[in-house]
Amino acid sequence: MTQSVTKINVAMLKKLLVFSMIMFGFGYALVPMYEKFCEVTGINNLLQPDVVDKNIKVDMTRLITIGLDANVRGLPWQFKSLQSNVKIHPGESIEVMYEIKNDSDREVSGQAIPSYSPRFLEKYLKKFECFCFTKQVLKPGEVRRMPVKFIIDPQIPVDVSAVTISYTFFALEPGK
Amino acid sequence: MAVVQDVHGHHDHHPSGIMRWVTTTNHKDIGTMYLWFSFAMFLVGGFLAMGIRAELFMPGIQILEPELFNSFTTLHGLIMVFGAIMPAFVGLANWQVPMMIGAPDMAFARMNNWSFWLLPVAGALLISSFFVPGGAAAGGWTFYPPLSAQGGLGVDMMIFAIHILGASSIMGAINIITTILNMRAPGMTLMKMPMFVWTWLITAYLLVLVMPVLAGTVTMLLTDRHFGTSFFNAAGGGDPVLFQHVFWFFGHPEVYIMILPAFGVVSEIIPTFSRKPLFGYSSMVYATASIAILSCVVWAHHMFTAGMPAVGQLFFMYATMLIAVPTGVKVFNWTATMWRGSMTFETPMLFSIGFVFLFVIGGFSGVVCAIVPIDIQVQDTYYVIAHFHYVLVSGALFAIFAAVYYWLPKWAGRMYDEKLGKMHFWLSMIFFNVAFFVQHFLGLAGMPRRIPDYSLQFADFNMISSIGAFGFGLTQLLFLYIVIKCIRSGEKATDKPWEGGSTLEWTLPSPAPYHSFETPPVIK
Ligand code: HEM
Ligand SMILES: [Cu+2]
Repeated sequence: MTQSVTKINVAMLKKLLVFSMIMFGFGYALVPMYEKFCEVTGINNLLQPDVVDKNIKVDMTRLITIGLDANVRGLPWQFKSLQSNVKIHPGESIEVMYEIKNDSDREVSGQAIPSYSPRFLEKYLKKFECFCFTKQVLKPGEVRRMPVKFIIDPQIPVDVSAVTISYTFFALEPGK
Repeated sequence: MAVVQDVHGHHDHHPSGIMRWVTTTNHKDIGTMYLWFSFAMFLVGGFLAMGIRAELFMPGIQILEPELFNSFTTLHGLIMVFGAIMPAFVGLANWQVPMMIGAPDMAFARMNNWSFWLLPVAGALLISSFFVPGGAAAGGWTFYPPLSAQGGLGVDMMIFAIHILGASSIMGAINIITTILNMRAPGMTLMKMPMFVWTWLITAYLLVLVMPVLAGTVTMLLTDRHFGTSFFNAAGGGDPVLFQHVFWFFGHPEVYIMILPAFGVVSEIIPTFSRKPLFGYSSMVYATASIAILSCVVWAHHMFTAGMPAVGQLFFMYATMLIAVPTGVKVFNWTATMWRGSMTFETPMLFSIGFVFLFVIGGFSGVVCAIVPIDIQVQDTYYVIAHFHYVLVSGALFAIFAAVYYWLPKWAGRMYDEKLGKMHFWLSMIFFNVAFFVQHFLGLAGMPRRIPDYSLQFADFNMISSIGAFGFGLTQLLFLYIVIKCIRSGEKATDKPWEGGSTLEWTLPSPAPYHSFETPPVIK
């Protein structure tokens, strides 16, 4: 085999290695791309307030019971809702209050993640304000009251009369 | 550069005994080692499959505890995909690509040795993970979090093994691309290359495209597990669905990595035994390339039930169905090649025809899975298991058998026993269908995959399937016997044992000399 072929081969090897490294990076680049994609298309937007048509009609004929649930995972916090449940008409806006308290003697930050029952409630629940849109940082011993403002879309299937909104606070690594 | 071995440099005698194999840089030696390694892994993976089918022989839990059953299914998948099928094709490429393009060896002979010797390390890691505390990984071969974010040492060993296998595949792919692009004999233009070489060129490009993404995925999983990142960990703001996207971005091209070389093998064998040139050579090349490109934009058909907007489902549904078009072109071309050919049915041809028949069934069930409303029904059932065994066992594996029978005379210089070969084919064909055809019905009736027990109405079909599987497993020991018998005491093979063979390897003596094509042949 001539020297020149060996040289071309090495050049090719380098190119392909660089390409592999780029693809390795691309794997990581998929993470922000995925997040951006979800944000732009509005899929999975746990962190943005919803916008609702101003003249949405209140459906006075129905009353939906909303159970409010609060949990913490891996945090030295107490977390509760001040009402255990509320009743509203679909289309009517309401504000409910939650309270967190840091029981430890250090500053701790956490992020609340909502979950709903039944699962499709997510489609009909429109939140204007929520403590879950941002992380919460609590000083040692600090107590904080936080509102959630929302409506339930009157489009919600008629057989639904009771739903549950649950929040779980997860610990955030320091520095995040 | 250390990786560049001047191929003229190893004319003098090579070390003998075990060191010959450890240090060899000869493409034929390395090809042989790849093939034996993959056969060994095939037996290990087959053992796990026998365990699974034995447990599923009857309803109830008999021999495998659920956790161990889960490890069996997980490691069966990983070992068969990464340990058996992929290395077997790389082994075929090592033997055949240089001989078919008239090159003396692979482009980077030393690197070739490394990419092989990484494999036994990874294989040993996977197998030994059964014996560590907590046992082997049990979250499925697709290792979705959160299961794979939990799990013990076994999962870390799996992750490490995948890193190693990925490195090996990438090096192998780089080697193959460079060999094919730079070392063809004078006169062999790209469009004169044998189909097997073409399919491997395209496969190797797919490998360098997606294997690094898999490496990135498992790295993210590893840092999630041990270094506090939260790519996939919902509790820290990550997203487990993201894992599925990144995994299948690798995973779907991966399934084509396992089938394109099989297409290549069949495209060599069918013309040989039909004594006609391949019908529609250039359409074959374009079909292969379009399958490869399309395979990169269909990944989410594995995730129709993971939560996706309807437009997304529609896009991935149509894109997936589109792949059936170039695949159909190929099937058409193989059939047209046989049409009015003067066919004979030696074992390689039997396996190739079996391939065409059964692969088409697998392709059809794939198109059925691609239809969103149906897939929502059959996702994660035995229907999917049936689908991918039709494309992987009677697809990829049958093609590997065909290739071994086809080229064994050239490699060993001896003929295999034709009668036994045919028996191997027919037994495989029958038992395979007994084992897997009924799984379509099980899946349609709703039997979930990866569960060690099932409700009573599934009992009969499961028993049939298990019997087929045991038969299929035993039949493969016959294959081992045939190969050993051929190497040891087969009849001497002529240089060109198949009269229809038209590629360059048949111009060499049998067995192929240790160094071939040192002076490149000239292609008219
Ligand atoms: C016409 C061509 C094909 C189509 C349309 C197709 C379509 C699909 C679809 C839609 C699924 C997802 C099913 C589900 O999880 O519900 C699937 C799964 C699968 N396919 Fe195919 N497929 C095709 C060919 C192949 C080939 C050639 C291979 C490999 C050689 C393959 C291997 C697999 C595997 C391994 C899975 C299951 C992965 C898992 O969940 O473990 N498919 N296929
Ligand atoms: Cu796929």
